[in-house]
Amino acid sequence: MAKRIGIEVSLAIAEAAKLADVDVVAAYPITPQTHIVEHLAELVANGELDAAYIPVESEHSAMSACLGASAAGARTFTATAGQGLELMHEVLYVASSMQLPVVMAVANRALSAPLSVWGDHSDVMAVRDTGWIQLFVENGQEAVDNVLCAFRIGEDPRVLLPVMIHLDGFHLTHMIEPLLFPEQSQVDKFIPPYQHPMPLHPDRPVTMGAFAPPIIYFETKKAQEVNLEAAKEVILQCWDNFGKTFQRYYSPVECYRSEDARVLLLTMGSFSETAMTAIDKMRGEGREVGLLRLRLWRPFPFDEIRQAVGNAEVLIVLDRALSFGGPGGPVCSEVRSALYSEDKRPKVIGFVGGLGGRDITPAGFEEIVDRGIEISQKGSDQEFEIFGVRE
Amino acid sequence: MRDTNRLIEIRWHGRGGQGAVTSAELVAQAAISEGKYAHAFPSFGPERRGAPVLAFVRISSQQPIRIRAEIAQPDIVVVLDPRLLRIVNVASGLKENGLLVINTRRSFQDIEAELKAKCKLARVNATSIAREILGLPITNTTMIGALVRATGVVELESLLEPLRHRFGRLAERNIKAMQKAYEETLVKE
Repeated sequence: MAKRIGIEVSLAIAEAAKLADVDVVAAYPITPQTHIVEHLAELVANGELDAAYIPVESEHSAMSACLGASAAGARTFTATAGQGLELMHEVLYVASSMQLPVVMAVANRALSAPLSVWGDHSDVMAVRDTGWIQLFVENGQEAVDNVLCAFRIGEDPRVLLPVMIHLDGFHLTHMIEPLLFPEQSQVDKFIPPYQHPMPLHPDRPVTMGAFAPPIIYFETKKAQEVNLEAAKEVILQCWDNFGKTFQRYYSPVECYRSEDARVLLLTMGSFSETAMTAIDKMRGEGREVGLLRLRLWRPFPFDEIRQAVGNAEVLIVLDRALSFGGPGGPVCSEVRSALYSEDKRPKVIGFVGGLGGRDITPAGFEEIVDRGIEISQKGSDQEFEIFGVRE
Repeated sequence: MRDTNRLIEIRWHGRGGQGAVTSAELVAQAAISEGKYAHAFPSFGPERRGAPVLAFVRISSQQPIRIRAEIAQPDIVVVLDPRLLRIVNVASGLKENGLLVINTRRSFQDIEAELKAKCKLARVNATSIAREILGLPITNTTMIGALVRATGVVELESLLEPLRHRFGRLAERNIKAMQKAYEETLVKE
């Protein structure tokens, strides 16, 4: 039987990594780090988790140590947030290019300056193109479940790619909530042992990530793209299997009261639950509104987005990150681009809100929907709307 | 107030180091152990010892809790430090017929005069109980006893396991402080 306990989501993620029986954790307590790696350090120190905990001197080194561990065939986990993710940046590309299935929980936060430890998706969007599988979670249960799924997906011999689980800083990481933990035996069955086909070993030397002149570099990038695209099928299979095993189902784009909706809102992360509350209220008033929640960010779920949008007339996308001087939010750009080739497509209206920990209440989501509908009818001289800023 | 069929929102006021965040966590864990939905969290941001801090709890026996915003209109406010009344409007946003649970040695009349808020009141001298039983003026577990007495949002027994897990060898003294506060808390409708 699964155990239901009240636990801080950060600690729960560490417990999920323990259930996955990770071999190596390398981490650095940069501000802002979370309790995720702190609790893993405790679990290793107490002898509850048989793993090597490598306290490194920076986030750049944390990811570098993870690469080495994963390349040697160790199941590897780390966590970071905000500025820490930025400091890892160049090493992130190496993990995906060398096909090393590191799993990393990212507590999503704003970026400096001014200094902010509060939540938004600026850090996520800055690592969008690093070649990692990336998914958003909305609550603690989804975080725990998807840490388990991440090992199975990333380490699948058809995939061998690193996976980031994005969870909102504070709104998820600092929340005590009721969570179900599966039995160890169930997890052992769900995640097969990690076997890298050609691990680093002194007796069987291999070269990874070697020098690539123009005659070969491009081919490696094409192969990487093909591989990441193909990973979607394995992700779908994993979620399907997870659902059958644990009775909790996940999909790349989650729909909430979206059938027959003329107006759709699209969100990511923990704000989605707040948005649901707003949708319930508007539906109660007879309004034809629904919600799409983007779970799979990379590989981008083009088909699922098109299908979920259906015959909606207006699609309002809320980003929690801003591409300065650009078209607004990165998610809105991609969704708009995914729909552009469709014969029949909704008007896509972009909003940027909730930066640096600014909350959006259910009433705020109603305002966003009202304003989005107004823009769809009357037009706007702005490329996108900024919501919730004092003028 | 014992009716947890609807969503109940509790805001804790304390100072960094007094354990307001821990209180919130323990109450949520007690509610979860009763099979209810609950969550708890601190006011988001860096913490400083001695500075006013907030912590929040939501409890509902009916459905999962989706709102994660800080609580601006609480049903219940718990105040760990009596001196906060002078520097923080602890009754801010308190719902009509809401309840304030205060650690104080003063009378209901005095508190009402200072607060100028219309609400139900519960009071206990938690500092004195904590000094006597814990040897420290740390009032977080004591004030849980007062909250439970005044509201019944969780059963006192449901807190025993979370307290034992949290405090280890110091648990029994904290449980004693909580029980004494439960007995001594006065409620004025």
